[in-house]
Amino acid sequence: MSMTTFETGVDPLCIGPFTLKSRLIAGTGKYACWDVMCEALDASGCDAVTVAVRRERLHDAEGRSLLDYLDLDRYTILPNTAGCFDAADAIRVARLGRDLLEQLGNAGAQWVKLEVLGDRTTLLPDPVGTLQACQELVADGFTVLCYSSDDPIMATRLRDAGAASVMPAGSPIGSGRGIANPAAIQIIRNLLKDPAHGGDPGYPLVVDAGVGTPSDVALAMELGADGVLLNTGIAHAKDPVAMARGMRLACEAGALGYRSGRIEKKLYASASSPWTGMINEIPGE
Amino acid sequence: MDVCSDTLEDLLGELQRNDTPCAVERNGELVPWRSRSQVRLSEGDCIEIVTMVGGG
Repeated sequence: MSMTTFETGVDPLCIGPFTLKSRLIAGTGKYACWDVMCEALDASGCDAVTVAVRRERLHDAEGRSLLDYLDLDRYTILPNTAGCFDAADAIRVARLGRDLLEQLGNAGAQWVKLEVLGDRTTLLPDPVGTLQACQELVADGFTVLCYSSDDPIMATRLRDAGAASVMPAGSPIGSGRGIANPAAIQIIRNLLKDPAHGGDPGYPLVVDAGVGTPSDVALAMELGADGVLLNTGIAHAKDPVAMARGMRLACEAGALGYRSGRIEKKLYASASSPWTGMINEIPGE
Repeated sequence: MDVCSDTLEDLLGELQRNDTPCAVERNGELVPWRSRSQVRLSEGDCIEIVTMVGGG
């Protein structure tokens, strides 16, 4: 089933040398089966998908693995360093991922989603290890997309270390709690993108993790994020394909909402119909 | 484990790992995929073989 496409007016997402038509980046983990994953990725409209690097081949009952299903001509693969708890391991995994994607001739060999975790329960990033790994991977020629907490100062440190994109978590990975601290995301946006705060309007800010439902995606975009990266919110939905479609529409809706300049919030009402020419009397006037 | 291959490329064949793309480290160092046929194995080498799996 294909969705009716229409011109959304949403510009592409540029991260380093990569230009993505969709502002949604989707993960490939946690799907009940590969066919559902393929259909959900299609419905999400994404151009880039994240993968992990592991020893196991994780075959299904027919002996097929992820690579038998992913259309490498269609998707730019974004390898992650998920599960790494120090900079050295993250760098090892990033280089292994690059070698794999070079073999496959996929443009994703140039970039990496850097995760250096501090703790297995929260999956929150270790800022010290993340910064160190970011510096080394940038020096090694990688386009680094950096998973981070929603700490505004950390975001600027990662940007200064050469990260091509800073990707603050909306809330912990897989938690589905959405944007836990919208003000923090707004401050990060200002510091990274607003010239009045030393930012660059072209610097890409991607909200990564914690997204549970389309309104979370829309909120991230309305706060001024350039994109959203998500996995569990789609993969573990009861109907991943319909949820992927919802996430796509929310991403476009939020991007348009932010770009269009919302009205100010006011305490009192402001009538949409004119007060002039009324045929009745207005109480109190 | 005991293997009879002389090079990394042969080893991947022996382990039937040539069917899906993989990346390989020898003793903690990445061996670029184009170099596998030139890398000769030594007694006690530690070989790590990875591939891509679903992830977020």
